Amino acid sequence: MASYSISVNGKTQTVEVDPSTPLLWVLRDHLQLVGTKYGCGIAQCGACTIHVGDIAVRSCQFPISSVGNQKITTIEGLSEHGDHPVQEAWKEEDVAQCGYCQSGQIMQAAALLKSNPNPSDEDIESVMNGNICRCGTYTRIKKAIKTASKNS
Amino acid sequence: MKKSDNNMDRRSFLQVSSLATGGMMLSFSWLAGCKFTAEEALQMPKEWFELNSYVKIGENGVTTLFAPNPEFGSNVKTSLPMLIAEELDIDWKQVIVEQGNFNPIKFNRQFTGGSQGIRNAWTPLRTAGATARMMLVNAAAQSWNVDAGEITTADGIIFHEASGKKAGYGEMASLASTFEVPKEVKLKESKDFKIIGQSKSNVDNDSITSGKPLFAMDHYVEGMLTSMIVHPPAFGMQLKSFDKSSVIQMPGIVDVFEINVFKEDYERNFFDTTSFTKKVAIVGNSTWEVMQAKKALQVQWEEMPASSYKMAGWGGRTMDISIPSGLESTKDHRAKMEALSKNPVQQMRRDGNPEKAFKEAATILERTYNAPYLSHNTMEPINCFADVKSDSAVIYGPAQAPELIMGTLENSLGISRDKIQINLARMGGGFGKRAYSHYMVEAGLISQKVQAPVKLVYSREDDITSGIYRPTYTATYRAALDKDNNLIGLHIIGGGVPENPIHANRFPAGAIDNYLAEGFQIPSNISIGAFRAPRSNFNAAAEQSFLDELAELMGKDPIDFRLELLKRVQENPVGERNDYDAKRYAGVIELVKEKSKWGDPSIKTARGVSAYFCHNSYVAEVVDIDTSNGTNRISNVTAAADCGIVVNPDAAKNMGEGGIIDGIGNALFGELTFDNGKPSKNNFNSYRMIRQQEAPKNIDVHFVENNIDPTGLGEPFFPPAFAAVANAMYKATGKRSYDHPIIKE
Repeated sequence: MASYSISVNGKTQTVEVDPSTPLLWVLRDHLQLVGTKYGCGIAQCGACTIHVGDIAVRSCQFPISSVGNQKITTIEGLSEHGDHPVQEAWKEEDVAQCGYCQSGQIMQAAALLKSNPNPSDEDIESVMNGNICRCGTYTRIKKAIKTASKNS
Repeated sequence: MKKSDNNMDRRSFLQVSSLATGGMMLSFSWLAGCKFTAEEALQMPKEWFELNSYVKIGENGVTTLFAPNPEFGSNVKTSLPMLIAEELDIDWKQVIVEQGNFNPIKFNRQFTGGSQGIRNAWTPLRTAGATARMMLVNAAAQSWNVDAGEITTADGIIFHEASGKKAGYGEMASLASTFEVPKEVKLKESKDFKIIGQSKSNVDNDSITSGKPLFAMDHYVEGMLTSMIVHPPAFGMQLKSFDKSSVIQMPGIVDVFEINVFKEDYERNFFDTTSFTKKVAIVGNSTWEVMQAKKALQVQWEEMPASSYKMAGWGGRTMDISIPSGLESTKDHRAKMEALSKNPVQQMRRDGNPEKAFKEAATILERTYNAPYLSHNTMEPINCFADVKSDSAVIYGPAQAPELIMGTLENSLGISRDKIQINLARMGGGFGKRAYSHYMVEAGLISQKVQAPVKLVYSREDDITSGIYRPTYTATYRAALDKDNNLIGLHIIGGGVPENPIHANRFPAGAIDNYLAEGFQIPSNISIGAFRAPRSNFNAAAEQSFLDELAELMGKDPIDFRLELLKRVQENPVGERNDYDAKRYAGVIELVKEKSKWGDPSIKTARGVSAYFCHNSYVAEVVDIDTSNGTNRISNVTAAADCGIVVNPDAAKNMGEGGIIDGIGNALFGELTFDNGKPSKNNFNSYRMIRQQEAPKNIDVHFVENNIDPTGLGEPFFPPAFAAVANAMYKATGKRSYDHPIIKE
């Protein structure tokens, strides 16, 4: 066990956990930020995607001991009122079916648009390829990212 | 106007009304933590008046509608309340939707599966809305001292034209809630629909896109412990012993013990499937700590003897289920299926004289199709919250069929059902898997043992390797052609482990004079379960691939060939048990032909077509593969569906797109094999799922417009996609695939 103070969604949080604990479980079990989802635990599905700085990271493979001073953003902190252009586009295109993977998809898409505000279809497909949607909403995800790109 | 008897239990309405201030509040209290942005935008009423199980109206007109069915992504939480709202004649903007908890007295059929949500709710839920409206109208009639027949409503406002009086629903709700439930109500004609047929966005969109807790996985309460289970590493094995001392000292570990899902001699319910009844439960303070203990736990396994148990079947009959011993492998399954295909034991349908037709045939086309086990792989792994006290239990979990687990919970926990509350979480996918709710019992037993609220979580590996799969199947199709190239006979032999897939009375039965369908099944200890369009997902793949090859052999266009067969069925059907409407079937094929511009020489893609009828709806699909740059990427899919009236068009399209992508994904990549009982894959690094770069670039979904009562969409888009992509792949590569998945690792 060790004590860690980390910056999550602009707030400093202190937790007592084993250094190997993935940030995913710190967020969910210790900080009750449950928008970040467990899907596979091996960085293959993208459901646990968060931002470390501006970079999309799979939190299931990111131990608390690696966080340091880096700023963590989760789906809950992407925008104050749930109105980030990507979140708005997801509602406009009515993307979700079951909805479980969508916070990871949204976090991945938001990071993409931050680094590449006008992505091509190929850019979107390549960056979003690590996020599985079992319901098969891929065409809507792509459309929503384009809508968000236009509106941001 | 159509009349509808109030066929819901009248007593239950009254019971509910009497509970309006007491009992109902209990069931809302746990929902109080769920704040929806859309709700917050509305001014919350100070007082609610309950008109029936589905409708409560605030004094200011804000209306809560209860979504009865558990939501797993097919949009029932939005689409079912639309049915109530339509007949209630309310402004959708004034509506809040809440998930109803499991309560068979209050709600009609709380089951999500079989594409039956809309179909079964169509009359009961509209009746609930119309009944509530009628009570509001009667209240206004009494208040204004006018005839109820002179009163009209629109968007939550009540009008009396002659006197110029008008009132909002909220003003009449208090009085209306004291009235008896009308015995008979009138339902609208479809031409008068204002909400049905208009796209309404997912009522949980705000919560989904902002990461609010919606799923049982997201449920945390004070003092809650986390639990995981350890199950045998292979089918055909069982728990022998485990060494608690190997992990009990590890950080955060509270207890380690054995659980038995079923009590001895318990007659199981229909969905009480599980391969492993004895498991080890590890309980601790946090998920990560329990995961570490799970890795370290020393467990001894042994081979399981053959066993049998009783299970309740449909219609009250009891089935004897025998589970063989042994460690099974895919290569043995394949060999057994091949052998039994030569000697099938079940004759399922016979028309004319098939033996004679084959004897006299000038040409015979024979092809065998094989398909592997599939794992559902819902994105949210199996999990469940339970808080079991000495004589009561609260279970909160993802369940497609809560009613079917209640008896087992009652028996295994030793708590009577009126003391067990099942709350329905939004499910992170279901696809059939969550009809088998053994995990609710497991969570309950674990909570009972440690006397604390517990959340049971399956790791992804546990989820994939714990059973309940789409079975492995085989089907051999044989067609007899005479010397003039006429199709004179068809012979289908289908089988599987442990289930025979064949639907003998489906198309093309009815189109061919000499027809024989036979089947077989092979017992197994690998558990199986419903998987999105059970059996149909394989039958469609095999049959629609075969028809494509047969059309090619006969020199016919694959769409024209299907339409020819369906014309025959419409004009002069063979047999009387054909369980499809040939005209509606042809209708979707004609629509997809038009919308895909089939036959247009300017289209240079490799195209494949497929059509199927299942779960009361008809779907045809055309897949286009772009072969221009060597990547064989699916550029487009065109689909046409006939599900009768479309309740929520954009959500229906979303369901279509998802079903198509799921079908293509499973056809291309889906596969689970076994070696000595051990599943070959246990996570997404080995179990390949369709991803963004393999998904079609575009999908167009079209619906046949008609006035037929609606049928379901969760399943029907899925089966035809397998052969549509297979037939397009053939055009792209020149190679037909008889063994799925099409793309082997």
